[in-house]
Amino acid sequence: MWAYIVRRLFIGVALLLALTLVTFVLFFASPVDPARYACGKNCSEDQRDQARAALGYDKPVYEQWGLFMKGIVAGRDFPADEELRAAAPEVVTHCAAPCLGYSHLNSSTVNDLVVDAAPVSISLALVALVMWLVGGVLFGILAAVFKGSFIDRGIVGLTLVAYAFPTFFIAVFFLKYLAVKWELWPYPTYISLEDGGLASWLGNLIIPSFTLALVFMAGYVRMTRAFMLESMTEDYIRTAKSKGLKQRTVLFKHGLRAALTPLVTMTGLDFATLLGGAIITESVFAYPGLGLLTVQASEAWDLPTVIGVVVLAGAFVILMNIIVDISYAFIDPRVRLG
Amino acid sequence: MTAPLSPESALESHFVDEEQPDGGDSGPIVSKSPGQLARARFLKDKLSMVALVIVVLYVLAAISAPLLVKVGFLDPYSSNQDLLNEFQLPIGAWGGISGDHWLGVEPGIGRDVLSRVWYGISFSLAISLTATVIAVLIGVTLGIVSGASGGWVDAIIGRAIDLTLAFPQTLMLLALSTVAIAFITEVLGVPAGPPAQSLYVVVVLGLFGWTGVARIVRGQVLSLREREFVAASQMMGASKFRLYFKEILPNLWAPILVTFTLIMPAFVSAEAALAFLNVSIRPPTPTLGNVLSDSLKFAENDPVYFFVPAILIAAIVVSFNLLGDGLRDALDPKGHR
Repeated sequence: MWAYIVRRLFIGVALLLALTLVTFVLFFASPVDPARYACGKNCSEDQRDQARAALGYDKPVYEQWGLFMKGIVAGRDFPADEELRAAAPEVVTHCAAPCLGYSHLNSSTVNDLVVDAAPVSISLALVALVMWLVGGVLFGILAAVFKGSFIDRGIVGLTLVAYAFPTFFIAVFFLKYLAVKWELWPYPTYISLEDGGLASWLGNLIIPSFTLALVFMAGYVRMTRAFMLESMTEDYIRTAKSKGLKQRTVLFKHGLRAALTPLVTMTGLDFATLLGGAIITESVFAYPGLGLLTVQASEAWDLPTVIGVVVLAGAFVILMNIIVDISYAFIDPRVRLG
Repeated sequence: MTAPLSPESALESHFVDEEQPDGGDSGPIVSKSPGQLARARFLKDKLSMVALVIVVLYVLAAISAPLLVKVGFLDPYSSNQDLLNEFQLPIGAWGGISGDHWLGVEPGIGRDVLSRVWYGISFSLAISLTATVIAVLIGVTLGIVSGASGGWVDAIIGRAIDLTLAFPQTLMLLALSTVAIAFITEVLGVPAGPPAQSLYVVVVLGLFGWTGVARIVRGQVLSLREREFVAASQMMGASKFRLYFKEILPNLWAPILVTFTLIMPAFVSAEAALAFLNVSIRPPTPTLGNVLSDSLKFAENDPVYFFVPAILIAAIVVSFNLLGDGLRDALDPKGHR
């Protein structure tokens, strides 16, 4: 078990290294001057030179990657150029480990930007996760129990249709029709837990999170339905039934448990992806999370922020992969870790 | 035993012992190949047939649109300012539907909505089809190599899948677009505008979309490689290339077909999402995605313009998904889901 965890962590670190390297090559090996994309759209020649020196873009790609990795492990100081730092010690910004970079455009470290934006994305992802998991698993079980009937077809069909409409269409529909035209729900704006308390935090999250949940619901309904149908034909289910257990117990305690393993994988990965920011939902509802941050950063040509969030989002996914693999052993005793 | 040449005969030869040798009194028993059985199952599935008809209609629409534009039946670019009122909204009920403009005209510029969405289907389907082909080509190749060779090659491809999945796809597409489109136009010399934009979307969707195909194909190959015909051709000294692509590949047509029909709709949705982020082909060239994202500004004031492209996208996505499900059920009788 421990050997497995150590090996998984080792591969995770290697993947993370590869992720940052690929990101750097993609953004910096192109013939386009990255400094142009780092100091904003309306940037003069002087400002560009200044940004280049401040961010260390005048160094070769591998050296910049080294600096970035050093920042993640040990933190680093900006401007990247030592002479610049010595010349004007008052503008030096220290970026503590794990340093994701320095946004020249915002005159702040990427970490500070991320710390402001992350709670929004986490809130959205959490509420959406609860919605699609509860909805997906319940509807999935219902569809499996009434397999082939009107209920089954209705559930599977409706969730598929909800999935098929583009997310930004559903988001705008909810905003412009539910909230504005029919006034069925107050216009959602993000209010943090500290500012508004639980009720207004949750109330404002319901529509955006539901929009997000609809994207995932169909997949979870199908998955749960398929695995329930499969596990319900197993011998231990027949045993449980013939012992005279209630149907509820058979379904939830015996049947669902076998379906849990694949559900956990999917949930972990989808959740990790969302933590990196729900780009479209956050853009439509103007929720200032990581998704909106990157949309704005890439529109304003703020390259360091983009790279920082890409690396962070990738790290979430890699980490969650490890957690999922390890948690298998606890959920499903049939899984042996070699 | 010679290796099967066509996929149909491969399955047939495998099932041949199921044929009953003695016909009994009930006359000659007509044996059916698995291919015929699958076709019969598929034809009986009404929902899949409806989905197939809708998909075929979309494909016909996509093929006919450029011709109809040339003939002048569709006119996606001319502005009809005289059909708009002082608020730039179409005159008349239902977004200005009339004999000349069957789905009304768009607010703001006044172009014909039917022409916009019809022509848009061409571009949307072309983008998603090309991206699907790229994703399937990469996925199938790596899946076969990974499953058939095993060992460190398998491990490396597995890690490559993990790495690809770790990248936040939409974010990368959005963030790389400026840099990559500059690269495409300045270095590769592709003309700026729609050619460069569509090339970018197609390549990047393909490069991020192959992982699922690779996993499915790998799983199939793991069981295929234990079969006799693989051992036989190995013993006859077949090269690796021949083994992978002449012996194993033809047996994979069923899962490949199914994944193909399931990736297509995902890419139609992806194109729409990218259009919303201004990464896909940009107006005036229409795609379903960019027409829909243009209509967002008029969501409350011109519901027809808002709903038409959305419903067209949803219909194709649902149909392709149902078709894929139907194919899977028909081709894999054991997976009775």
